Formats: sequence, C-alpha cells, structure tokens
Amino acid sequence: MENNQIIEQVTSGEYKYGFYTDIEMDMAPKGLNEDIIRFISQKKSEPDWLLEWRLKAYRHWLTMKQPNWGHLNIPPIDYNDIIYYAAPKSKKELQSLDEVDPELLATFNKLGISLEEQKRLSGVAVDAVMDSVSVKTTFSKTLEKHGIIFCSFSEAVQKHPDLVRKYMGSVVPYTDNYFAALNSAVFTDGSFCYIPKGVRCPLELSTYFRINAANTGQFERTLIIGDEESYVSYMEGCTAPQRDENQLHAAVVEIVAMKDAYVKYSTVQNWYPGNKQGEGGIYNLVTKRGICRGANSKISWTQVETGSAITWKYPSCILMGDNSVGEFYSVAVTNNYQQADTGTKMIHLGKNTSSTIISKGISAGFSNNSYRGLVKIVRKAENSRNFTQCDSLLLGDKCGAHTFPYIHDENKSSIVEHEATTSKISEDQLFYLQQRGISEESAIGLIVNGYAREVLKQLPMEFAVEAQKLLSISLEGSVG
Amino acid sequence: MLSIKNLHVSIEGREIIKGLNLEVKAGEVHAIMGPNGTGKSTLAAVVAGKEGIYEITKGEITYKGKRLDDLSVEERAREGIFLGFQYPVEIPGVTIVNFMRTAINEIRNYKGQEPIGAAEFLKMMEEAKNLVGIHSKLTNRSVNEGFSGGEKKKNEIFQMAMLKPDLAILDETDSGLDIDALKVVANGVNTLKRPDNATIVITHYQRLLDFIVPDFVHVLYDGRIVKSGGKELAIELEAKGYEWIKAENL
Amino acid sequence: MEVNTNQLSLKADLIRLFEDNSDVLLAGETTEMIMHRKKAFELFRQNGFPNTKMEKWRNTDLSAAIKENYHIYFDPAFLEGIDLKTIFQCNIPSLVTDVISQLNGWFVSENGSLKKTQDGVIIGSLQAAKKHHADIVNQYLHSIANIEKNSLIALNTAFAIDGTFIYVPDNVHVEIPMQMVNIIRHYRNIFIQNHNLIILGRNARLQLLQCDDSVDQQRSVTNTVTEVFIGENSSLDHYKLQNKNNNSTFINSAFFNLEKNARLLTNGITLNGGMIRNDIHVTLNGEHAEANIMGVYLMDGSQHVDNQVFVDHAYPNCFSNELFKGILDDSASAVFNGHILVRRDAQKTNAYQNNKNILLTDKATVNTMPFLEIYADDVKCSHGTTIGQLDQNALFYLKSRGIGDDNARLLLMYAFAAEVINYIGIEPLRIRVDDMVKKRLRGELSICDQCVLHCSSKEKPVHFEIDMSKI
Repeated sequence: MENNQIIEQVTSGEYKYGFYTDIEMDMAPKGLNEDIIRFISQKKSEPDWLLEWRLKAYRHWLTMKQPNWGHLNIPPIDYNDIIYYAAPKSKKELQSLDEVDPELLATFNKLGISLEEQKRLSGVAVDAVMDSVSVKTTFSKTLEKHGIIFCSFSEAVQKHPDLVRKYMGSVVPYTDNYFAALNSAVFTDGSFCYIPKGVRCPLELSTYFRINAANTGQFERTLIIGDEESYVSYMEGCTAPQRDENQLHAAVVEIVAMKDAYVKYSTVQNWYPGNKQGEGGIYNLVTKRGICRGANSKISWTQVETGSAITWKYPSCILMGDNSVGEFYSVAVTNNYQQADTGTKMIHLGKNTSSTIISKGISAGFSNNSYRGLVKIVRKAENSRNFTQCDSLLLGDKCGAHTFPYIHDENKSSIVEHEATTSKISEDQLFYLQQRGISEESAIGLIVNGYAREVLKQLPMEFAVEAQKLLSISLEGSVG
Repeated sequence: MLSIKNLHVSIEGREIIKGLNLEVKAGEVHAIMGPNGTGKSTLAAVVAGKEGIYEITKGEITYKGKRLDDLSVEERAREGIFLGFQYPVEIPGVTIVNFMRTAINEIRNYKGQEPIGAAEFLKMMEEAKNLVGIHSKLTNRSVNEGFSGGEKKKNEIFQMAMLKPDLAILDETDSGLDIDALKVVANGVNTLKRPDNATIVITHYQRLLDFIVPDFVHVLYDGRIVKSGGKELAIELEAKGYEWIKAENL
Repeated sequence: MEVNTNQLSLKADLIRLFEDNSDVLLAGETTEMIMHRKKAFELFRQNGFPNTKMEKWRNTDLSAAIKENYHIYFDPAFLEGIDLKTIFQCNIPSLVTDVISQLNGWFVSENGSLKKTQDGVIIGSLQAAKKHHADIVNQYLHSIANIEKNSLIALNTAFAIDGTFIYVPDNVHVEIPMQMVNIIRHYRNIFIQNHNLIILGRNARLQLLQCDDSVDQQRSVTNTVTEVFIGENSSLDHYKLQNKNNNSTFINSAFFNLEKNARLLTNGITLNGGMIRNDIHVTLNGEHAEANIMGVYLMDGSQHVDNQVFVDHAYPNCFSNELFKGILDDSASAVFNGHILVRRDAQKTNAYQNNKNILLTDKATVNTMPFLEIYADDVKCSHGTTIGQLDQNALFYLKSRGIGDDNARLLLMYAFAAEVINYIGIEPLRIRVDDMVKKRLRGELSICDQCVLHCSSKEKPVHFEIDMSKI
C-alpha cells in the first residue's frame, strides 16, 4: 500500500468521546459584562473581595488585546456570544456517589473514568468538573485524615478563604495575559488542593473536566499548594461532546511548591478536536504555571495533548528557590485541521536550579504543531542547568511541525543545551514490523507510542494506559 | 511449500533477478550462495513482500499453494513467512516485549485464536531467550536500538523462536558475527527445525553451513540460479571461489 | 551634497529629507524603480524604525542610536582632499586580492567608476552601473530585498544611491578573490546607506571578502543592503570581517538567492562593533542548492551582536547548514535567531542549525532562538544550541600539563572559535583571521588606523607554546 494511503487510513480516527449528557442545566444568559460577573459571584455566594478581584480582572481584560504571536490561526472569538455560567441543576450538597445524577455517572462511565470504578479499583480521589462546576469529590474523608484539602474551588472559597485569598493570582496574576484575565473575571469553579507540611499524599488526586452544554465556555481555575516537605501527584483529564460550533476553554492552573515540596501535575487533554473538515472543536487557551518558592522544591508537568481544535498552552515553572527543579514532559498530537502551539517556560531565578524539557510533537493530516519554549536564566541564578529535547514526527506531507525555542541566559556558570530533530516513520521500520505479522495501523501505533515513550512513562499508571489508548485513537482508524 | 517460477525482478528499471526457479518443500534446508550484488537480498525481500523499489516484472511465487502477490507483507508473515533481516532496523521506544506480544496476538487473531495469556507468553519468552542466550534485560530495551551487531542477529533468531514460522528466510544472518555468536545462531536455527517447516539460508560464505547443514545448495549468479547440488557444492565453492562460477558463466 | 538631521526625530528628519531631495535621490531612475522606491519610502513613513516591541527586534535596541543627529551625503562630497592610497592599502602577506573600496558607503576608485575585465567581469559603482549596465541592474536590483517586512530595508531602498556592483558572467571562474573594503572616516556623526548588488551567472565562481571597518571613533549608523544572485551551478564564498568601533551601529542585511546546484558559503567574523546586526536571508530557489552559513563573534565591553538567519528551503533536495559560535566577555550581549523554513514540497531537505555560546562573565547575556518551521515530511532537520562556559575538565587537563590558567583558557577559547574559522577556504586569509582571533582573545586587537587586513602596526607575534593540532 502507498504510504500516503496508510497514513490517511490510520489518521482518519473519529472522536470517540462525542456524546452529550442530557442533564438539566442552570445557566446564565449569553454575554460578558459586569452584571454577568456579579451574577456568577452571587450564584456562588462569594465574599466581596473576590467579586472585586473579578471586576478588576474584567476591567483590565477590557484594555487588553488577544495575543497573536502563536503559530496559530485563531478565528475571531465573539466573547459576547458565550454563556459564562452553566451548572447542572443540583442544589443540595451530595453526601455520596449514590446521590449523583445517574446521567452524569453514566457520562463518566463512558469516559472510562467512572467514579465508582476509580474509587473501588485504584483509590484515586476524583473531583469531576462538568461545565465549570465541581460535581463531586470522592475520597474527601480519607484525605481529611491527613489534613489534605481537596475540594472544588467554590467550596474552598467558602471554607478556606484565607488560603485562597493568599495564593490565588500569586503565580498567574490577572494581568498576566488576555486569557488569564478573562478567566479571573469569569471563572466558575475548579479544584483546590492543599497538602500540609510534611504530608505525602497517599492517593493520586484527579480532576476530570468536561464541557457539556452548548455555547458555554469553560473557565475553571485550579490552585494547588504543596506546603513544606509535601508531595502530591495530581491528574487532570478533559473531554467535550462533539459540536459543530467552537467552544472556548480558558483555564488557569496555579501551583505553589514550598521548601522541599514536590508537585507532579499530569494532564491528558482530549477536548473535542473538531471533525475531519476542521469544523467545531474546543479552543483550549490555557495558562498553567507553578512556582518553586522554597529551596529544593520541584514541579513536574506532564501533558498528553491529543484534543482541541486549537491549543495554546505553556505549563511553566518559576524556579525561585535554590536547588529547585522544573520538568516539562509533553506529547502533542495534531490531526486533521488541529493547531497546537504549546511548550513551556522555565524561569531560573535561584541558584543551582535545573530544568528538563522533553517535548514530542506528532503531526498528521493538515494540522500544524508547534513547540514554543522559553528558558530564561537570570544573572543571579548561578550553576543553573537546562536540558531541552524537542522532537517532531510528521505523518504525511500536508502537515507542519515547528520548533520555536527562546533561550535567554545571563549567567556564565549556567549550562543550557537544546536539541531538536524532525523525522518521519521510515518505510524500513514499517516493513520490519509488518514482516512480523503486525498490521500497518498497529505498526504506526506502536512506533508512535514508542516515540512518545519517554513522556508516557512519566504518567501515573492509570493515566499512562489511557494516554496510550488516546494516542492510538487520535491517529488510528481501526482502534476503539 | 514455496515455489518460484521464472521470477524476474527489477529495481528502478534495472533487472536484478532474471528468471529464477526454486522449489522448497517442508522439512528442507536450502542454502543460497553467491557473490555480492547477484540478487540474494532482493529475492528475500520480494518473498517477504517488500514493495517500493522492487518490481516483479514476470513469473510467480506460490506459497502453500497461494499466489503470494495477493498477500500483504503482514499477511505473508501471518501465514508463516519469516525474514531474518541482514540489517535489522532500530525502532526507538518500542520494547521487544511489546513488539512480540503485538505480533503474536495479531497472528493469533488472524488465525481466529484468542490472545496469548501472560503466563504462556512469558514462558515462550524464557525459552526463546535461552535458545539464543540473550539477557533478560535486552528484551526490555527498544527494538535493536543500541544493539551490537551480534545482539541484533541473535534478536532475529529470538523472534523466529517466538513466531515459529513455517518458512524462514535468513538473509546473511552470519555476516558480522564472530564464531561463538555464529554457533549460537546456528544452534537456534537447528533447534527450531521441524519436519513441517523449511529454512532458506542466504549466505556469502560457506562458514555458516558448517553449522547449519543444508539439504540443497544453490548458487545465485547474475539473477539466476546457475548451479544446484547437495552440501558438497558449498565446499567445492569455498575451495574454488566465486571466480569459478563467473568463469563458467561468461 | 551633504545634509544634516537635527530638527525633529531621526525618522521625521529622514522623511523631510526624502521629500525635499527626492529629485536628487531618484535622479536617472526608471519609472518602475521610482515607483518601488517611493513605495519603500511610504513603508518607512508608516512603520518608522524597528523597536523592541517587535518580535525580530526584541533584543536589539536601536533607540540610543536614532536619538543622535547625523550627517547624510547625497554624493561623495567628503572625498575632497582625501588621499585614497593612504586609506586603502593591503599588506596581508601572500593574500592577493582585487580591492574594491567603499568610503562612507560610496564606491571610490582612482581608475574610474566601472571596470570590465577581459572575460566580462564588471566591478564598480552601483550608481554608475545603473547608467551603463541598466539591462543587468534593472533585472536584479531590489528584486529580493523585501521591503515589506523590515522597515530598514525599505529605508535603504528609498535612500541608497551607491554601493558596489559586481557582475560575473556565465562560465567565468574569478581566480583572484575580490575584497570589498568598506571604511568609515568622517569628522562627525554619519548615517550611511548603501546598496550592493552581486550577480553570478551560470557556472560562475567567486570568492568575496567583505571588510567593514572604522578608522576613528566617530559615531555612525550604517544601514547596508546587499543582494546576491548565484546562478545555476555557480559558487560563491563570501567572508565578512567586521571590526567596527564602539560608537558604530551597523545593520547589515544580505539577501542570497541560489538557483539549481548553486553553492554558497557565507562566513562572518565579528571581532568588534558597538552594535552589529546581521540579517541574512538565504533562498534555496532550485534543487540541489547548498548553503553553509557560518559566523563567529567575539564581543566584549558593552558590544552587542545580533545574527538573524532565515533560510528558505523552497525546492526539494537542498542542503543548508548554519553554525554560529560566540564568546562574550564583560557585559557584551549576543542574539542569534535562526529560522529554517521548509516548504511543503521541499522534500529530502537537509537542514541543520547550531548556535554555541560561551559566557565569560556574569554580566554577559545571550539570547538564542533557533527556529524550525517545517511543512514537508521527508526531511532531515535538526537544531541545537548550547550556552556554557569553558569545559572545566579540558581546562584541568591542559593545566595538568603545565599550561598556565590564562593560556589554557585562551587555548580552549581559540579551539572553540576555530571550528568556524576552519571553514575559510582562502589559506592566507584563514591564517590572518586565525591570528586576529588569537589577538582578539588576548585583548590585543583593537580597531587600528587601517582596515583590519591592512594592520601594519607591529604587534607581538602570536605564539602559543603548544601545538594546537594535538589538542
């Protein structure tokens, strides 16, 4: 078979998660103005300071322009044609999973992340956020024993206002960028996590985000604080139903790691990427940043990005504490007409700080996949180190693979290394695998997973399996 | 088992194989010898179904009574054809374990069998590893990546032991091997021999045939089999050199 | 005719100057050329000078340079009373070159403004060539220097009157290297804009050495544009030696167009300069074209160098290789922005990019951006960049053999730079550059009162105690 045909065949996989959950929704009218922001704040019974913060963010947002420096073609977004608040109608506090809307549970079951399954089999604590509102946090009791707070952002605002007020916006201020400002104004929910001093979180914490209602944007906010000598591994998964129109997702994630703390954040992003003609799909415009505040702290980002029509996202680390460590492991797959401009920023401020960036881009169809990363080493960041490897794999000759690294170094004792290669799947490799009886589709799946292995092995076990499946699904036609 | 009749193969318009005939029956070991550039590797690649630069212009290959050109590369493999590569390719990130499991399950699926159980698979792996004397660690590494020449060739025989083919074609499996590795490889091939399978050994030197004793020896020269005989032909060839063949075929 | 900028901002002054003097500036041009240059002027009027908010200029700040007032010449009036012989003389042992002299951006010669050799090679002033070889000039001039994306190119296109013109006809191999010596000598601030046009026909060969020097400490802004056409099967070796004073701002934009099977080596040696910006655009405009784009920069004080390299793989089966290496001392800063574009149909492209830097102090800064933009799948592309210090193990090794710390460092720095210098194909030149680099690293090279290649001052002979080749 001609190589092109093979690639066409294996890249024609359809989105498998495109189902819509029929749940009664509580919605705000379309549009963005101060009244809507007041409405959201009121719905959530927020304190005045938070409303003020939102309004400041909104007013600042009005003065900003949407960034256009990414290697992306973002069609104009009408910010007044979006519903900024949509919550499943479910007023009373849920005490157990039995009380969760069965439709919703079915949705999670279809996603293969049934809360019950997760609870029973893997002991993962899940906070599921559907259309901006946190639905249910399982395992809170177990976590409470260790003093770990893991709850919806709204709940944290009510129960732990001091922590939220202290840290919210401390890593990603609302002035940071256009989408962060928008999120700060209109965020509806998200997850909050605090690991107390000296605690090693016994469970993998997990959040699932899903956009369900039509015309809604999802603006969740996640705040994770790892106090001194703590450890937590946090996982985030995303899906959305298949819809013709584009939907906006502009989230903010902030991580604070104190002295000797280690926060590991893993994402498997599978928002609806649009159909084969490039219609519909999520615009995933996300700001994720962590700060290693204390000495010897560590923040590690791992992401597997297979979904979204447009991805604009740079999970970053500010390495402030001496000897702190930042890591970024990424696999980004684009197919059909998807566009991704993703990477990281590693800002070295402290002495002996080190960062590692491993990025694997896979482009197929008519897609464009860009790595963009900044490594910045300031004058006083003595003996800092960075190693970057970013590889691109092209499947077919209609797609693009781009690499835009920015390196700024002011310190003589630092060592920065950047390597990048571009390759395709060789015919010899395909022939070798096929000669052992493996079909073309599986062979490409194997090679792609092998290519991404260095990143996939960073994922927690539960996620790794799902991520491997996703890689195959987004590139293969026959798996499912 | 394998029947090749009047095969002509061209690479980019240049005829490499010019009317080749070969019959291989179950239980037989055939050796194909010949100087470099006479079409030995082309023959192996064409039987395995490699496309691209190879063009069959005339003749036919049948295997177990089926015309091979109706079958894709992987279908031929699933029907029991195994090619031991002269230059095994490196596949980064794909572990041998994962590779073999995928291959075995796809072959089983093709034959309407259930996927292999974990215990059975591990047992097979142990046996195959012992047969060629490769370390446990090696199978957790990526396919051929960073392997020495000897390890790559052993890995080919290891895969042959895992897949248990009906027709194995070993393309210059002896090239680049020291005598110890050669013995290991030969021992593997001999152990895997069954009354219902066949082996074609392609080699430049007679040396390998001291360890794998062929039933038939064919000399390939200028795209044709110009001489066939028993194992003594290999010895004669070693003694007289390829110049002898060339002189006879001028 | 000389004019001054002194009233408003430099931009406003330039706009006024163009409007007041467009008859002089555009004299003798074809209608088409006048239209193009007026359009360029409008683009500059719209966009002004680049600023640090622009992606390509974020690390190179021209604001200090454009605050000053400058002299601008619309003809080489400054030549009066100058003895060219004392300025342009070549003393490099065993390097025989054909010298092309430019003073303050104007072609100068005692033997007329155009010279045509027996085999048809034309060398001379661009202004004269426009008149006498209009058929050639009009076919090429301004055709690859894109005025849309960079307002400095637009500015040059609007203002530049003269520069060097070189034409090598089909099948001519120029045996003697040509040496363009560009010297700035003026009694006060000067703003120079010249435009060079270099054309190689088919199966032609040329070695070209371009020296940019200052002979005094006067402030200057030079905005040079060079358009180079390399025809089918032709080959150009292009060496740049940049040794400018600390008050100079030197913006050097070069556009290379390579046809089928054409070959380019461009190798820039930057030894001194207040602010140097090299914009190198290479278009591989036919199959099997090959470009090696090299550079080494050795900066100290508060010097700044910015190399912007854009390689456009427009056809399949082409090769490009970028290698830039720099050593930065004191509070010097360097920028490297490589950008390889592999177009959709440019299959079988081989493109490599490498930028390596050594920082000697905690005040030096490097910004490096090696970009790849790839739209074809059957390609071999890689880029790499490193920033670091001298290899401590190597340093220890050398010292353990009895070499002093200073010399050991020098040796390693020299070895670091040598990788690029070794690409110089003209042996006497390579030896000379080698020498200059060693001097530069010892802090002994300054901008002397002559072109760098003419340096007649008796400096200490360069002598290393150990054999470099054995390291």
